[in-house]
Amino acid sequence: MSESSPTTGQGFSLRRGIEKVIDFTEPAVVGLIHLCGWSAIIFVMAIFFFVFKESLPAITGLEEGAVHGEVEQLDLVEFTTSPKWIPESAKKPTFGILALMVGTLSVTILSMVIAVPLGLGAAVYVSEFAKGKPREILKVLIELLAAIPSVVWGFIGLVVLNPMLVDMTGEPVGLNILNAGIVLALMSVPIIVSVSEDALRAVPDSFREAGIALGANRWEMVYKVLFPAAKNGLLAAVLLGIGRGIGETMAVLMCTGHSVMMPTSIFDPVRTLTATIAAELGEAVRGDMHYHTLFLIGVVLFVFAFIINLTADLIVKGIKVQGNE
Amino acid sequence: MSNELNNPFAATDQERQAREKEKFIKLSTQLITWLLVIPVVAIIVFLVYKSWPALSVEFITENPKVRMTAGGIWAPLIGTFFLVLVSLIIAAPIGILAGVYLNEFARDNWLTRFINLAVVNLAGVPSIVHGLFGLGAFVYFLGMDRCLLAASCTVAVMTLPVIITSTKEALASVPMAFRVACWNMGATKWQTIRTIVLPNSISGILTGVILQVARAAGETAPILFTGAMISSRVADSGWDAWVPYGLEDRFMALSYHLYIISTQWQNVPESFKFGTAAVMIGLVIAVNSISIGFRIYLRSRKKW
Repeated sequence: MSESSPTTGQGFSLRRGIEKVIDFTEPAVVGLIHLCGWSAIIFVMAIFFFVFKESLPAITGLEEGAVHGEVEQLDLVEFTTSPKWIPESAKKPTFGILALMVGTLSVTILSMVIAVPLGLGAAVYVSEFAKGKPREILKVLIELLAAIPSVVWGFIGLVVLNPMLVDMTGEPVGLNILNAGIVLALMSVPIIVSVSEDALRAVPDSFREAGIALGANRWEMVYKVLFPAAKNGLLAAVLLGIGRGIGETMAVLMCTGHSVMMPTSIFDPVRTLTATIAAELGEAVRGDMHYHTLFLIGVVLFVFAFIINLTADLIVKGIKVQGNE
Repeated sequence: MSNELNNPFAATDQERQAREKEKFIKLSTQLITWLLVIPVVAIIVFLVYKSWPALSVEFITENPKVRMTAGGIWAPLIGTFFLVLVSLIIAAPIGILAGVYLNEFARDNWLTRFINLAVVNLAGVPSIVHGLFGLGAFVYFLGMDRCLLAASCTVAVMTLPVIITSTKEALASVPMAFRVACWNMGATKWQTIRTIVLPNSISGILTGVILQVARAAGETAPILFTGAMISSRVADSGWDAWVPYGLEDRFMALSYHLYIISTQWQNVPESFKFGTAAVMIGLVIAVNSISIGFRIYLRSRKKW
């Protein structure tokens, strides 16, 4: 790196001059770096602020002259407990997100039931059993799984999985909780695999050696030594998978069947919180109750995601502190 | 057992059982892993097979015609390219400097912990909430209206945490001894970063940044309300075909285009939908393999 070191050059040179100017601006640059360092905090706050700001009129009441002509206020009890979501009704619009929440939860839970065993199994295999070339190939392919855009996953659910499910289950339409659950499972597996693999790798090798030295074979070592030692990291992996499921938009929009109802089986179509925003915000008039309520759903989603990520982060930090001791 | 009498080291029944179990677990986890990977390969093969009738040079270079019943995907493809480019220009400087701050300046205190927490949370915000933020902040509050710039800003905010994380990783791989040596020559912190740390990590940083932003460009939810449009007139040839959108214009994007033709429009030939999906996956594979190849090249060139 000698050619770019600050002391190169003798007498006057353009380079030296430029270096001097750069050094002169050092305080400004360092200040800029600090500012950028805080940008993550600024943006998280900004996101909450702006989404909350747009949703506020729904809670405090809309001014007169709004689209429906009178002072409107969102009934928060109805908002959280009513399964009826009829935003564009001319007589009496109803904004209840219970069915949407149940939709989000049912799809997420089903996807986790599929993805957690698969993800943990794959993580154990990739980190403890696989070696050499196959291991590298598997890691690249799993990474590729994470890179496929969600709209392509939605498309796959729509045109590939949909007819397959119709054939297999005999239901008239294959767009339902099961379809979205499978697609979402495939989407959240990579994050579960990579986070739990990290957790398994974070266990010191001395733990593995001690286990093997005591006469355990590989599986006994994984089950009795690694799982207890890495359990927090594995839990965090599951939580991050859940966060992915709750926040996913396009794939569930295309695969769930998109009808507001309380599901009774996994073959029922549902609608999720995210899909509702994506499908309806384009048509909602700005300043209308419908518009502000959609932003309120955004606030709900933000808070859900925040709690899940915070918990996952605290759990991971917890294991790191223990590991150092 | 007579076996034990003859050979004290022979496996007992219990040990044999444990070994059987280990074999079973190993096989089943292996099966699970391939079960995850095979669908991906199968899907890609299936997409290419179904889109084969449509795939041609014209499919890439021609604009959609007659509600996507003829022509190709040039307009959305170039729109996605500009979305990536503008997002990169906005997000890369902020993200890289933030990574520099976290790896080089930040002390181990509550503020740093707070920033790291914010990065994790920013990464976990659902993409549709990013879209709402973009609509509230850039489109309405800053008055940008729905346009390429507003959509790029939204995507930029969304990619910020991943850029910060990958920059931090690249910087952390520069050995501490390099910095210490430089400080001992009397260089200040910024001189050290500028002349030693960044030159030794910049290629790693850029690989990570481009990969992440290209991935984010596949997202549909953030651009849904901030600038993407269903169809726009794009010139078929000449300069205007290469730069069809200004920062103030609404634009077509590949991801939104696929959503529209597969759910909203009728009479779009099957092969066109599959073709669009295949091109998207092709781009993802291309960007990923270039970055993997580059990573291997960098590792081989490393001097320490």
